[in-house]
Amino acid sequence: MAADKESKKEKGRPGQMAAMGRVLNYIRRYWLMVGFSLILAAVTVVLTLYVPILTGDAVDLLLGEGAVDFSAVFGLMKKIGIAMAVTALAQWVMNTCNNHITYHVVKDIREDAFEKLEKLPLKYLDAHSYGDIVSRVVADVDTFADGLLMGFTQLFTGVLTIIGTLIFMLATNVPIALVVVCITPVSFLVARFIATRTYSMFKLQSEIRGEQTSLIEETIGNQKVVKAFSREAAVKSQFGEINGRLQGCSLKAIFFSSITNPATRFVNSLVYAGVGIFGAFVAIRGGISVGRLSCFLSYANQYTKPFNEISGVVTELQNALACAARIFELIEEEPQVPDADNAKVLTNARGNVALENVYFSYVPERKLIQDFNLTVKPGQRVAIVGPTGCGKTTVINLLMRFYDVDSGRILVDGTDIRDITRGSLRTGYGMVLQETWLRSGTIRDNIRMGKPEATEEEVLQSAKAAHAHSFIKRLPQGYDTMITEDGGSLSQGQKQLLCIARVMLCLPPMLILDEATSSIDTRTEMRIQNAFAKMMEGRTSFIVAHRLSTIQEADIILVMKDGNIIEQGNHESLLAKKGFYSTLYHSQFEG
Amino acid sequence: MRKLMKYLSGYRKESVLAPLFKLLEAFFELLVPLVMASIIDRGINVNGTGGADTGHIWRMGLCLLALAVVGLVSSITAQFFAAKAAVGFSAGLRQALFDHIQGLDFTNIDKAGTSTMITRMTSDVNQIQSGVNLVLRLFLRSPIIVFGAMIMAFTIDVKSALVFVVAIPLLAVVVFGIMVWTMPLYKKVQANLDRVLGVTRENLTGVRVIRAFHQEEVEEGRFRGFTKALADSQIFVGKISAVMNPVTYVIVNGAIIALIYIGAVQVNIGNLSQGEVVAIINYMSQILVELVKLANLIITVTKALACADRVAGVFEIQNGNWMSEAETGSASDGALQATVPFLQFEHVSLTYAGAGAETLHDIDFTVNKGETIGVIGGTGSGKSSLVNLIPGFYPVTGGSLRLEGRDIRQIPEDELRSRVGMVPQKAVLFKGTIRSNLQWGKPDATEEEMWQAIDTAQAREVVEGKKSSGNHGGLDAEIAQNGKNLSGGQRQRLTIARALVRKPQILILDDSASALDYATDARLRTAIRQLEGGTTTFIVSQRASSIRHADKIIVLDDGEMAGIGTHDELLKSCEVYREIYFSQYPEERLNRREAVR
Repeated sequence: MAADKESKKEKGRPGQMAAMGRVLNYIRRYWLMVGFSLILAAVTVVLTLYVPILTGDAVDLLLGEGAVDFSAVFGLMKKIGIAMAVTALAQWVMNTCNNHITYHVVKDIREDAFEKLEKLPLKYLDAHSYGDIVSRVVADVDTFADGLLMGFTQLFTGVLTIIGTLIFMLATNVPIALVVVCITPVSFLVARFIATRTYSMFKLQSEIRGEQTSLIEETIGNQKVVKAFSREAAVKSQFGEINGRLQGCSLKAIFFSSITNPATRFVNSLVYAGVGIFGAFVAIRGGISVGRLSCFLSYANQYTKPFNEISGVVTELQNALACAARIFELIEEEPQVPDADNAKVLTNARGNVALENVYFSYVPERKLIQDFNLTVKPGQRVAIVGPTGCGKTTVINLLMRFYDVDSGRILVDGTDIRDITRGSLRTGYGMVLQETWLRSGTIRDNIRMGKPEATEEEVLQSAKAAHAHSFIKRLPQGYDTMITEDGGSLSQGQKQLLCIARVMLCLPPMLILDEATSSIDTRTEMRIQNAFAKMMEGRTSFIVAHRLSTIQEADIILVMKDGNIIEQGNHESLLAKKGFYSTLYHSQFEG
Repeated sequence: MRKLMKYLSGYRKESVLAPLFKLLEAFFELLVPLVMASIIDRGINVNGTGGADTGHIWRMGLCLLALAVVGLVSSITAQFFAAKAAVGFSAGLRQALFDHIQGLDFTNIDKAGTSTMITRMTSDVNQIQSGVNLVLRLFLRSPIIVFGAMIMAFTIDVKSALVFVVAIPLLAVVVFGIMVWTMPLYKKVQANLDRVLGVTRENLTGVRVIRAFHQEEVEEGRFRGFTKALADSQIFVGKISAVMNPVTYVIVNGAIIALIYIGAVQVNIGNLSQGEVVAIINYMSQILVELVKLANLIITVTKALACADRVAGVFEIQNGNWMSEAETGSASDGALQATVPFLQFEHVSLTYAGAGAETLHDIDFTVNKGETIGVIGGTGSGKSSLVNLIPGFYPVTGGSLRLEGRDIRQIPEDELRSRVGMVPQKAVLFKGTIRSNLQWGKPDATEEEMWQAIDTAQAREVVEGKKSSGNHGGLDAEIAQNGKNLSGGQRQRLTIARALVRKPQILILDDSASALDYATDARLRTAIRQLEGGTTTFIVSQRASSIRHADKIIVLDDGEMAGIGTHDELLKSCEVYREIYFSQYPEERLNRREAVR
């Protein structure tokens, strides 16, 4: 049992300490402001301890009827007034500083997390639920901010008040002060005992929250499907189950952490009783006057109060650190292999693409692409066809270096793509995917995405080439129409036209069209094909399509099945072969 | 907030007991000085007769310990009830919120943003929970101590107590004034948080495009902009909130200065003793201590109230009550069932809420049971809108749509949807297994029914292919969130199987075979046609080959019907159809010309 407790403690602590260390690293950037805030805290504490003394002095002057020294009282009143004003100002500036530090630290952490998101390999992102990642970047960091702010405002002043009162007490009577000093560490022990136990509960709580956010993300993001299948009740009960677990876990976490306060207050009461009893005996022997004793008692009270606050802060910090640990987990995630220092920047690629003995699979136990060889000369069109799920998209993942090959290599203009900067490799390709994605912003910004410096004229031209101009013109604000999250009111086809316009503007040396026109009606597609054909002239292009009519003119047709290239050639030679391709080709006229 | 209070009603007992025990604790705390006074007066007894009474000191010492224990117990009890009520409240609220969103109709779903719904359900509800917890623990205690102190002051000296009468309202104005001022600002903070969440989501869903266009740095810049706006708004509101403590400090100490002056005058006249002045000043300091606690609480409560407003905003989204808008006369039409067509579009038009123009205009046709209807037309011609009317996703805004003679606005939503199997354009699967996804179509589907649907949807190889990849094979293969571990075509086939499991009377394939190759698409259509029970099928497609064998093909052009008929009829009569068809089969145009010649 004891060993078990011990091991739990061991488990909880390092994560917490590591998280704390990371947080301190972030805070360090604001050390000047932290120092300033500390000085102000000291000023505040000294003055707040000084004001009661002034008040006491003033009261001492009120001796009785006709014996009040009004000029002295006025002098003290002035002093109190000044001390009060200075304290108030210092307090406000300190709080403002702390706010500034906290929210900037939070901002820094969020930005680092986001920066990491941009650098994480797709392998990680494809394997993790978006809801969970979003919950880390948003909710966890938020909880962390609350905890950190509370920590800042209360921890400084708390510690300083303790030190200040301790000095005042020791100056008054050493033995009684020692009683206080001996009992108070108990308060810390209790707080720490509870804190280590609640840490794991808070961590569990954030985990369940992450799970719940995933579910919310999934169902609310796809609310229409939920409704189409009348699954509201089922989804509700699924949510209810997680919610129930969250409730149980939150209750435990919150209750156990909130015990800290009463527990430390109890220790306070012990201190008070101790001072009272011990002090009473000292007083009987004449060691201290009654007045001094009551003064002592009030100081003892003041001395222990910050302990309460600090323990409150400690639980808040627990919660905050548990959240921080989750966000740091994301920040510390292994990023994609960075571009080598001597990596080439691909400029004006000619479009020689070669794949040599490429092996690749997403999971080691399920082989996918094996010994793939292909040489594409500049300006050639490569079409990839095959049944669904045969690995067409995987080839694109490899060409764009979204994933790295397991063995073998891919060359562009004779250079291994791992020796080229990712940015320049990817901008060398123009990509239109089946799944359209637009950024929230204006239509113009979306078209200009790959070439922000493009002129209005160029934007219009590419929109016209993509046959998007006419529908954009009809939108209420034309090119300035804001596109909301997920493309909002635009149809799938319209979104695809915008994606095409986006690529038409950049005109990169190589093209990847993955089902680029799947959502566009054939009449429009016909016209776009012409534009595409013009664009593909002199550009190496990779085309994935189901409509065989669109790929008949390709120089190389790769027929894929189960991750392997089973046939390779042009339209005529493949038809003559009477193999898989010819079956596929003829099937479109059946049905 | 008031609207949300009902979620606390299940915890009425806890929400009464928590503050009650808190009061008890405060009461025991107030007794401590009295006991101490007794120790000083009777125990030490410096000036009195009889000398020191050590026995009394011990007894009172024990008394202090007893008070400490009782205080501890009542305080822990209070914490427990407060935590229970707060957590229970937020759990209830979250569930109600989720349930409410589940109940929204399509028009409202279009309006509500996903990101903001997510923050409201997570971050906002958590803030409210902390608010409720703190209120239960402290909110009652503070005013009672403040007013209690004032009453005590009155019993000592009325003139001095008048200082309290001035100071307390002043404090109230400051505390509530700041609360009212900052509330909308906190709302702004939450809105900024929404934006941060939005960009984060966008970057996860669009990661490929962002990297393809090498936009990582641009996105980082955008994110920085949003986090900066968030931090700025947080710091601004923080500056105002930070005023609370110093200002209350000034007011209370100002009051103490006034008390010293009044005290000095009163003592000088002989109306008041030195000890009494000390007591009154102590009461004022007690208020300060309480207010410091309250100030910290106020920030949390203000945030919670701002969040509560946002949450209440979700509850305010109410569905339009279009079910009842249908003319009641249509019910009697049911009697004519024998002669009425299975599904009838009568001059149907559709205008989306908030849209200026009609999306569908004067759509008029009938469908018999078991027929296959092809819907074809250009991008944005209204194909999806047309089929979305059938399960009642959007209300018909003109004309009427009747199923077996009944206006569909009169058919309960559940009944209507159970008769319709919908395969949406966007192939979405949910986290779980293949089995759990298929159960969406029919919760009590047997293994056999599932395999049947899988076979019809040409998805057997998808399901069986999953078998080899892990130890959980076949129907129990894991599906990641959004079906990310499957290719687009695999997802589409599974979504088709999902719709087929329920053996719907009406099956709608909304361009849902776009990621399938021609051969699979053809096999799929053959299999669907062979389904028993006369399933009425709507196939929306861009591909002429997918619909050319339909019993009726509806050609849409810019929201209007450009033609209806079979493939051959339309080739003769419909210009739009001819254009679509020949754009896909250029060689047939030649053949046809030759044939005509």
